[in-house]
Order: sequence, then structure tokens, then C-alpha cells
Amino acid sequence: MSVYAILFDQTLCVGCRACEEACQQENHQPPHQAEGLDAESLTWVEDLGDENYARHLCMHCENPTCASVCPVAALQKSPLGPVTWSAERCIGCRYCMLACPFHVPRYQWNSPNPELRKCQMCAHRLAQGRPTACAEACPTGATTFGRRRTLLREGRNRIESDPETYLETIYGRQEAGGTSVLMLLGRTCGTAHLPANVPPYDLPRLTWGVLEKLPLIIPVWGVFLGGVYWLTQRREAVARAEGAEKGEQQ
Amino acid sequence: MSRRLGFWTGFFVLLMMLFSIVIVRRFTGGLGAVSNLNDEMPWGLWIGFDLLSGVALAAGGFTITAIVYLLHLERYRPIVRPALLTAFLGYLMVIAALLVDLGRPWNIWHPLIFWNPHSVMFEVGWCVMLYTTVLFLEFLPLVFERFRIHRALLFWSRYLTPPLVIAGVLLSTLHQSSLGTLYVIVPEKLHPLWYSPILPLLFFVSAIALGLAMTNVESFLSLRAFGKRLEPEILRGLGRATAVTLLLYLTLRFEDLYVRGVLGQAFVLDTASIFFLLEVGLGAILPMAMLFTRQVRRRPLALLGAQLLVVLGLIFQRMNVAVTAFQLGTGASYTPDWQEFVVSIGLVAIGFAAFALAVRLLPVFPEGPVRHPEPTDPFSALAP
Ligand code: SF4
Ligand code: SF4
Ligand code: SF4
Repeated sequence: MSVYAILFDQTLCVGCRACEEACQQENHQPPHQAEGLDAESLTWVEDLGDENYARHLCMHCENPTCASVCPVAALQKSPLGPVTWSAERCIGCRYCMLACPFHVPRYQWNSPNPELRKCQMCAHRLAQGRPTACAEACPTGATTFGRRRTLLREGRNRIESDPETYLETIYGRQEAGGTSVLMLLGRTCGTAHLPANVPPYDLPRLTWGVLEKLPLIIPVWGVFLGGVYWLTQRREAVARAEGAEKGEQQ
Repeated sequence: MSRRLGFWTGFFVLLMMLFSIVIVRRFTGGLGAVSNLNDEMPWGLWIGFDLLSGVALAAGGFTITAIVYLLHLERYRPIVRPALLTAFLGYLMVIAALLVDLGRPWNIWHPLIFWNPHSVMFEVGWCVMLYTTVLFLEFLPLVFERFRIHRALLFWSRYLTPPLVIAGVLLSTLHQSSLGTLYVIVPEKLHPLWYSPILPLLFFVSAIALGLAMTNVESFLSLRAFGKRLEPEILRGLGRATAVTLLLYLTLRFEDLYVRGVLGQAFVLDTASIFFLLEVGLGAILPMAMLFTRQVRRRPLALLGAQLLVVLGLIFQRMNVAVTAFQLGTGASYTPDWQEFVVSIGLVAIGFAAFALAVRLLPVFPEGPVRHPEPTDPFSALAP
């Protein structure tokens, strides 16, 4: 389990977009109002209507699908929490985008030297012992940063003390095997803004279940093929020898 | 020589001009300038057709070498070389397509130094790289023969061919199936009629069927284009083998749907079901029934038709996994840009031209290099 996490409490969010602004500044992007996640918007505050809002950002999965599928390990999970991307390694195959269960990674489609873009959980700040820029900027405490363990406990307390307001589960405790971004969902907000069908287990185990068998399959299959070659070759040689014998007898 | 040649030359030249323009746009303006790929649909036509179908279409290489060198069914020896040539060119075209599709193609060699054994793509990358090398080595004897380097030829066929063939079959087993494994990690994004935990097995078995069918089709084309004679028995044998492999594939496919409890969805006649029925009905069951029929196998044109259906049906299956099922599962919107088609068709055309050139320079067919192609040969127009 990773050390740090972000807790987003939907019921406290007032839609001021301070997190968007702080994020853009931290990542040296021109300030703008996000209209969804894209290469220049790593977080997005969605207006759900009726004073309800939802934040979107990379969930920083505990066992990230994106990192598991990346052929060159350009995406890596740090034990601190962040899942980060390395420009030096990436080949631009976009398998991470295909596989991410939260539909997060974004791509610079119109660049000849494209980068993959997603929230890096302000890994450079964490390394200096500082919280993420979005958490620091949030004026209402809707986005907070801290130890994952502590935030889980905090979330549970809030839900238990006010079950009328909150849905009973912490989003991100189980989703895709658990994430480093945790969300408390308001009963009035609905769940339509959440990605559909996120499985409650980590996805990398599905392909690993196939891949881990390869070291066993390869030798057996190799021996089998070699054996077939040897056997049929012998059969042919024997047939030829028999043919020759017959020829001699005649 | 005539109008027909003129037409094909013109077509090829025009296509290559368009192709070059698109490639320039691709490398100056990025993928967005030439494709309709987007953040919700990061893989499209190039992955579905050029990669998934391309690799499967080249499966004839390992299938036929296995039949001749491992099972020692000598009858099929005359088609080993054309099948190897197709496979080798096929893989080169796949790599070319990847260079277009990858966002940062100058890093394509990175899997060599940055390892991630958890990634299916990592494994596919290594296998494709190794197998292309194996194909090259398997193909070298043709060059030796052409230049009469008898010692090397003898050494090769005695000591190197058997291990190379075994390595080729092993590597092909791995990555043909792994192309299916690529999608095992997205159960929530693929429509249940296509998502399956046994996708690797389905991809492997169908690749064999596709490889056999493609070899059959290609033998016909060579027959016509280069005036080659092939024993009809070879083609009928390929037809029978394709039929049996398809039966195996269909059995697995339907068992899997049944076990996962989604067989009913195949017949509700919504979009997914119609795509599925077209794919399985027209692209697998119908040609299988045809190939099991002796009268069809005895008529060259009927046999060709059946095998063409197999080829189209299985390309459709790959495209359905990569595009249709993904769209139905995620609601992503994507229709390939015309420039995406130009790249795909352009690469196929380059492959054909290279084939036509190679059969002229090298002893690909049993009678040696093609010297006087038939006047109606559409391919001769493609070679210089
Ligand atoms: S949410 Fe997606 S991009 Fe973020 S860590 Fe998880 S799998 Fe990776
Ligand atoms: S696009 Fe880059 S980061 Fe994503 S999987 Fe491919 S190589 Fe890895
Ligand atoms: S953690 Fe950093 S990069 Fe991620 S949304 Fe917050 S400010 Fe942006």
C-alpha cells in the first residue's frame, strides 16, 4: 500500500476551480478553464448541476494497469503514491490509454514529438515533503493530502458521522484494486460522472495470469516440437531404408 | 501489354504519391493530422488491420514450415518458399506500420533495454523482433542458391533449418496468441461477445486458419500472375486443413460464449449481434462448410472463394476486437480518416510490389526465378 493519498470530498467542493488553476500553474500550462481531461488539463472540475461538482484526475492506482501494460516501463508507481511517466522511455504506443480503467491518460495528438499527459500527483513536490498543489490550493478542504491510512480512517469517520449526506463506500478503496486518490461521494451527486464498470480487483493480474505461465509453456512446447521433428524424420528414414531393402531384394 | 499494365502502374504510382504525402503530414503534424484517433480511441485501423491482421496473415510462414519440416509432409514443399517470403515481407510491413503508428517511433528499440515482463506488449515486441530475424535467416538459403554458394546452402539446410523452424513455431505461438492477450486486460471495455479470457487461444487457432487460407489464396494468385503450376492436391489439402482448423476455432468460440453465459446476446440482432453474426456466419461457418464439401475443393474458383471468405472473415474478427467491440464497450467515437486507409493500403501495395520483385530475383518458386511473366500479370507493373 502506498504511503500518501489525496482525499476528495465531493460534498465540500464549491466548484471554485482553485485546484485546476494551481495544477496548471504547477505544470507550467497556460491558465484556462478545463472542459474535460486533456493534454493541457490534468485535472478537471466537472459541474454536475445543483451546486454539485466532481473532480477528475489520475487515480494513482495501487497496482496501476497503465504501468503494467507499458512495454518499456515508462509509467511507474512510486511507493510514495504517484504513478509517473518518463519521456525518455515512452515509445508512444498508447497501450496505457487503452488499458486504464479510469480513462485517464491523454495524448498530444498534434505534436510530432508527442507526450503522454496525466496528473503526476505532483511527484516532485512529494519528494520535497510538500503536499500536492491542488490540495494546498483548495480553500474548503474538499481536496486534502496525507497518509493513505489516515485519510481512509478520516473518510470512514465522515461517512459514519453523516450517513445521510455520503454514499456508504469510499471510492478508491476497492476500485481497480485500490487507488491513491480517494473520493467521498455525495448522495445527491449521483454516480454518472464516474467511469463505468471499473472492476473491484486489480486488472494486471488478468494478463499476468497468462504471462507467468510462459516460462513453463516454452520448454514443454519446444521439446514437443523437437520431438515431433525427430520422430517423423525417423519414420521417413526407416521408410526409406525399407524401400531400399526391398529394391535390393528385387 | 497493354492497358491493364498501364492501369496498375498508374494506380501504384498514384497510391505511392498519396502515401508519401500522408507520411510527411504524419511526421510533421503528429498522429492527429492524419488520423481520427483520439483520447477515448487510442488504437484504430492501424492496430486492427496492420498489426493484428497483418501478423495473423503472415502466419502461413510458420504453419507451412511446421507442416514440411516438423511433420515432414513433403508434398507441401513447393509452397514453403512463397509462404516464407510472404511472412517475411508481412512482418516488415507490420514493423513499418508500427513506425507510423507509434507516437515516438525513434524509441521503438527501447524494449531491448527497458524491460517490463508484466507487459504483453513487451513480449509481443520481443517476439516480433526475434521472429523477423528468424524469418530472415530462414529466407537466406534462397540468396545462397541464387548465387550458387553451395556450401552455405548445404550447411544451412542440414544444421540450421530445423532449429530455426522450431524457434519460428515457438515464437509464433507466443506472439500470435499474445496479440489476443493484449485485450485480456480490458474486460470492462470490450463488448462481451468479443472479450474473453481465452482470447489468446482464439487468436492463435484463428491465425493458423488464416495462415493456411492466405497461403492458399496466394498460391492461386501466383499461379495466375506468374504462370506457375501447382499440384491441385496441395491446394485441396490446404483447404481441408483450413476447414478443420476453423472447426476447432468455432468450437472454442462458441464454448467460450456459452461458458460465460453470453451466447444469447449473439442472437438479439442489435449492432453487436449483427457484427458477430456476419463475422462468424459469413466469415467462418459458411467457408468452413464450403471447404468441407468435396465439390468445392475440386473447383479451383470455388476453393479460392471459400478461402477468400476465411481471410476476410478473420480480418473482420481482428477489426471487431480492435474497433467495434471497443467502441460498443466504451462508447468511444471513431471512423478512420481517409489518410489512415492510404497508409494501410499503401503498405499492402508495397508488400505486393516487393513480392513481385523478389520472385523475379530469387528462386522462390520451384522452377527458379520468374523470367517472363504473363502479359496479363498485374504485379509485373509494380516492379521496375
Ligand atoms: S488511473 Fe489510470 S493512469 Fe492513473 S494510475 Fe490508474 S491506471 Fe494509471
Ligand atoms: S504510450 Fe508510452 S507510457 Fe503509454 S504504454 Fe506506451 S510506452 Fe508506455
Ligand atoms: S496532484 Fe498535482 S498534477 Fe495532480 S491534479 Fe493535483 S496539482 Fe495537478
